Amino acid sequence: MNLFVLLKTVPDTVEELTVAADNKSLDAEWLRFKLSDADEHAVEQALLLKERAGGKLTVVALDAPELDDSLFTVLAKGADRVVKLAGDLGNLQSFSAAALFAAFLKGEADPPPADTLILLRSQAMDDLEGEIGPVLADCLGLPYVGVVTGVQPDGGTVTVTKEFAGGLRGEFALPTPAVLGIQSAEKPPRYVPIAKVRAAMKSAALETVDVTPPEAGARFPIEKMYKPEAAGRAEMLEGSPEEVADRLVELLAQQSLI
Amino acid sequence: MSKGILILAEHLKGELSDITFEMLGAGRTLADALGAPLHVALVGRGSAGLASRLGAADKVFVVDKPELELPPAATMAAVLGSLIEKQQESLVLVGWTNLAMGVGSVLSARSGLPLVNFARALRVEDGAVVVTSQLFGGKIFSDVRLADGRGIVSVSSGAFPADAGRSEKAPAVEAVDVAVEAPKITFKKYVEPAAGDVDITKQTTLVAVGRGIQTQDNISMAEELAEALGGAVCGSRPVIDQGWLPLTRQVGKSGMSVKPRLYLALGISGAPEHVEGMQGSQMIVAVNTDAKAPIFDVAQYGVCADALEILPVLTEKIKARHG
Amino acid sequence: MSNDPVAIRLLGVPGVAVLWILTLLAFGVFGRRAWQLVSLLRRARPENRFDHLGQRLGRVLRHVLLQPRLFNERSIGLPHLLIFWGFLVYVGSFLWALGRGLFPFVPVPYPDEVGLVGFLLEIFGVVVLAALAVAVVRRAFFPPRYLHLSWDANLIISLIGLLMLSSLFGSAFRAAAAGVGPSLASPIGGALAGLFRGLPQARALDGARALWWLHVVIVLGFMVYLPYSKHLHLLASPFNVFFGNLRPAGDLTLAGAAEESAAGAAAWNEFTWKQLLSGFSCAECGRCDRACPAANSGFPLEPQQIVQKLKKHAIATGLKPPKKGEEAVALIGGVISEAELWACTSCMSCMERCAVLNEQLPIVVQLRRHQVAEGAVEKNLQDMLANLTRYGNSFGKSDRMRAKWTQALGSKIKDARKEPVEVLWYVGDYASYDPRLEEITRKTAQLFQLAGLDFGILYEGERNAGNDVRRVGEEGLFEMLREKNQQVLGKAQFKTIVSTDPHTYNTLKNEYGFGGNGVAVLHSSELLDRLVQEGKLPLKRKLGGRVTYHDPCYLGRYNEVYEPARRLLRGLGVDLVEMPRNRNRSYCCGAGGGRIWMEDVPGIKERPSESRVREAAALPDVSTLVVGCPKDIAMFRDAVKTTGTESTLAVRDLAELVWDAVQG
Repeated sequence: MNLFVLLKTVPDTVEELTVAADNKSLDAEWLRFKLSDADEHAVEQALLLKERAGGKLTVVALDAPELDDSLFTVLAKGADRVVKLAGDLGNLQSFSAAALFAAFLKGEADPPPADTLILLRSQAMDDLEGEIGPVLADCLGLPYVGVVTGVQPDGGTVTVTKEFAGGLRGEFALPTPAVLGIQSAEKPPRYVPIAKVRAAMKSAALETVDVTPPEAGARFPIEKMYKPEAAGRAEMLEGSPEEVADRLVELLAQQSLI
Repeated sequence: MSKGILILAEHLKGELSDITFEMLGAGRTLADALGAPLHVALVGRGSAGLASRLGAADKVFVVDKPELELPPAATMAAVLGSLIEKQQESLVLVGWTNLAMGVGSVLSARSGLPLVNFARALRVEDGAVVVTSQLFGGKIFSDVRLADGRGIVSVSSGAFPADAGRSEKAPAVEAVDVAVEAPKITFKKYVEPAAGDVDITKQTTLVAVGRGIQTQDNISMAEELAEALGGAVCGSRPVIDQGWLPLTRQVGKSGMSVKPRLYLALGISGAPEHVEGMQGSQMIVAVNTDAKAPIFDVAQYGVCADALEILPVLTEKIKARHG
Repeated sequence: MSNDPVAIRLLGVPGVAVLWILTLLAFGVFGRRAWQLVSLLRRARPENRFDHLGQRLGRVLRHVLLQPRLFNERSIGLPHLLIFWGFLVYVGSFLWALGRGLFPFVPVPYPDEVGLVGFLLEIFGVVVLAALAVAVVRRAFFPPRYLHLSWDANLIISLIGLLMLSSLFGSAFRAAAAGVGPSLASPIGGALAGLFRGLPQARALDGARALWWLHVVIVLGFMVYLPYSKHLHLLASPFNVFFGNLRPAGDLTLAGAAEESAAGAAAWNEFTWKQLLSGFSCAECGRCDRACPAANSGFPLEPQQIVQKLKKHAIATGLKPPKKGEEAVALIGGVISEAELWACTSCMSCMERCAVLNEQLPIVVQLRRHQVAEGAVEKNLQDMLANLTRYGNSFGKSDRMRAKWTQALGSKIKDARKEPVEVLWYVGDYASYDPRLEEITRKTAQLFQLAGLDFGILYEGERNAGNDVRRVGEEGLFEMLREKNQQVLGKAQFKTIVSTDPHTYNTLKNEYGFGGNGVAVLHSSELLDRLVQEGKLPLKRKLGGRVTYHDPCYLGRYNEVYEPARRLLRGLGVDLVEMPRNRNRSYCCGAGGGRIWMEDVPGIKERPSESRVREAAALPDVSTLVVGCPKDIAMFRDAVKTTGTESTLAVRDLAELVWDAVQG
């Protein structure tokens, strides 16, 4: 198969996120980036597909600080080729990201070979203006399914499992080439020992392709960014068990939990 | 102003999802504030029968075609795009849910309307709609102003009360024939959750029991409550250690990491190892006898009481509510 | 000359010829087997164990001739030593007799014809029979757990017994033939001769000859059987002791090992020859299993089995390659289960107990290294390793928050990266990040400040030192952590490095190569003890009360630091009571070797930590369990809750007690 995985880092929430002085963006000084869980799952799903069906796995990533370690890890796990799209990417939003990925993919082969599957995260916590996958698929004129938890290619078509809610899933069939938004891989992402990552650093190289992000940039300005009010202690409910239970039922109903 | 607000109704297996009513409630408030009509797009094979329940809207456009069985995002976006054009809608609300994921993005790409994801609050200011979104796992909020109230908003589940969107009124219903390309993607079948033990990471509601549950016999009380809530029972390490619940139900460092919509912590003190596994839950309610227990630092609501006293009363009330 | 046992004809063949045939046959088979086993070792991976030959020889003399480790179990220590010495005497005598028999023209007497030798043979004959009786009674009626009660062992006991009896009764027949009674040269045989008093001289001589031949046949048979049985132990263990590890057990570096060893081992020939030799030396005595916290808690691990399984697997697959189309059994998964190799807490009890100085732990780590290389690591552990890779700590917290605990201190601690300090405090992950430990960490800092110690920390420059990382088998990550830490340490100026965490202390001391730089590596108990001894930490009040002290594995067994904490405690005025398992016999809390990062196995009986707090709680009037390891605080505070001893037993750190004593 002709497999692609597209990666875009997210801010690491282990670090304290602070809002910059303009009150409209995150303070870059403290920001650190990492691949999101869903990115890791997209890589894992692609590796599983490669192991099952053979083929070539190309990983394309939008450049970010400290990204290289993650990319060498991907190489150590079994990717055949890693391409970094570099340039003045700054605070790149989803539509610009989709445009950059689409341009790269079109440059590879237009139209893509019939056995092409393009995998990327289904969603991420910084997708404020939309998910990348469906927009990218629309640019490329390819079918797209998101929230995918299982992928079964079968010559010219691929059957995917999409998650709905509460454990219910659905199976869909779509023709390849296709774009799939991965929620979770069929197996948890594999561990690759540091020794292999270091070996990859010595033996393999990352390709870098210079890109210029589209002029348009973000699709809307953020008016204000702020931290939610301090989480602090719980709001305590007082009273007899009866009263407390009534109040709880009311709260659960408000949250449409019952 | 004929510019309206259009809500994409969400339904699965012949049932309207709560998010639909949550959006209807929020949409009603906006529509009233803007003086705009509130419309619903009810799209999908066999969906026409659901229209009668959408009385909170001024009008329901039904697109019920055989080829629209669980249509993919692109097809859905095409239907909405044509409705927007025809009906001069300016604001579109879709759910930030697995089912509707991608519809807003494609619609935004094609229509040029901006999409704002993760909405948790909406307000009207000088004719503009201000959308408050929760970013980075809830660590940061952002406000985006949709000038002229034009745009697409993807609304988080549970952000608005669903009751506000339920109405007994009969809405005006209009069947619309939208020409759509037959989707390339075909729905094959549903896959039901596997039988056997419950996967607590996939539950939307979890009743978690800790040392405060005291004996194994009391677990059944928690199970009864979980059943009433449509969820499952899980536990902290001491409970699993006692063999009162299987290992698959353990939440925390040595167990599972869970992010349900509701996490009801009964008799759990909230040791860091436990909190690590559940802090991502959307709503946490804790019941514990120790008012200083750290669980109250992560819970939104707390009750300082013996969990065993609250449990049966709560179960009764929830059962009574379901009838 | 008539009583020369070889001067007869057996089935018409001269006795000398028969003896030659038997000897050549026996030595031939024995030699072939020995060669096979040696060649097996030669096909394994290299490891340099040929340094310090004098020291090695000294060890052999001590552990082979005196066997001090066997005396850690009294009932069998002395009997084993006596059987061993009897064996030496009998082997010597046998070789002499055999030589004399094979070369009848050599003008020397048979060994039993020499007074002193005869005396020794008879005395040891009786002593060995008595020792065997103890062994038989122990095996039959009081077998300790994990002692392998094999058919093999019974056969060998019987053969040794038979050897002794054949020798004693041979002597008796000779005395009877000579018509003499007990003498100094033949006290037992002479006495037994009374039984055969009525026998004609010729018959008595026949009896003596028959028993001589029986003795020879048994010994030669024994020799052939030996290398095929568990009693290969007898041949291999002196070599095993000779090639034993001379470097600290707390250093897992494989000296002179091939680089691929870092990727672990999953086949017999991926282990080092010394690791295979361990199996050849194991006598299946079960000392290691009896000391093992994993085995005692019902985890599926017995260190003896790890060594034994590796031996059996090596012999089975190394000597008999699988036939075509036949799938070789996998060592991991097939012979040794994954659960087994992950159950080890690396507490070193097994190695500390083993009478033949086997090194079980490095074998376990080799197996783990392979699993890590394959990515076959459980989810929790994966997350921890990923955290350590990214943030340098297992808590998955930002490395920038490492020194957050200092914020609540009144005064600032020196940044050792920026200014020289006398003492560098390597705080470690748990003391830095675990909210349960913050208070203890701050008290430790305040004690250092109170003592006027010139100390500093590395702030966010510090990363996990890598002790547990190395012991779960992530060698690459360990090396990365060590490199990064050494870069930071290399820029700092200090004379002493101290840690409250024994795991960190061990790795800094044994795996970071400070030795050559004149830097002293201390555990905080040593430093606090020193500060009190030097009067720098004035104790304002006597604490009183009865406490007990838990020796952390990596402080005690690994580095033999037992006294400072005890001296310190006594100085505080408390009544220190020892638990039954103390010092080198201290019982692991179950956290080490990365176990603290892994899930519990279902169905375990009692966690090691629970066994330990019950042991402490059972001491009369003891209300405090004092520990010197941050992980112990985490483990034991949990265990007092689950065992219901929370109300009677407080788990406290040494520093907390010192803190109390310096308060007015």
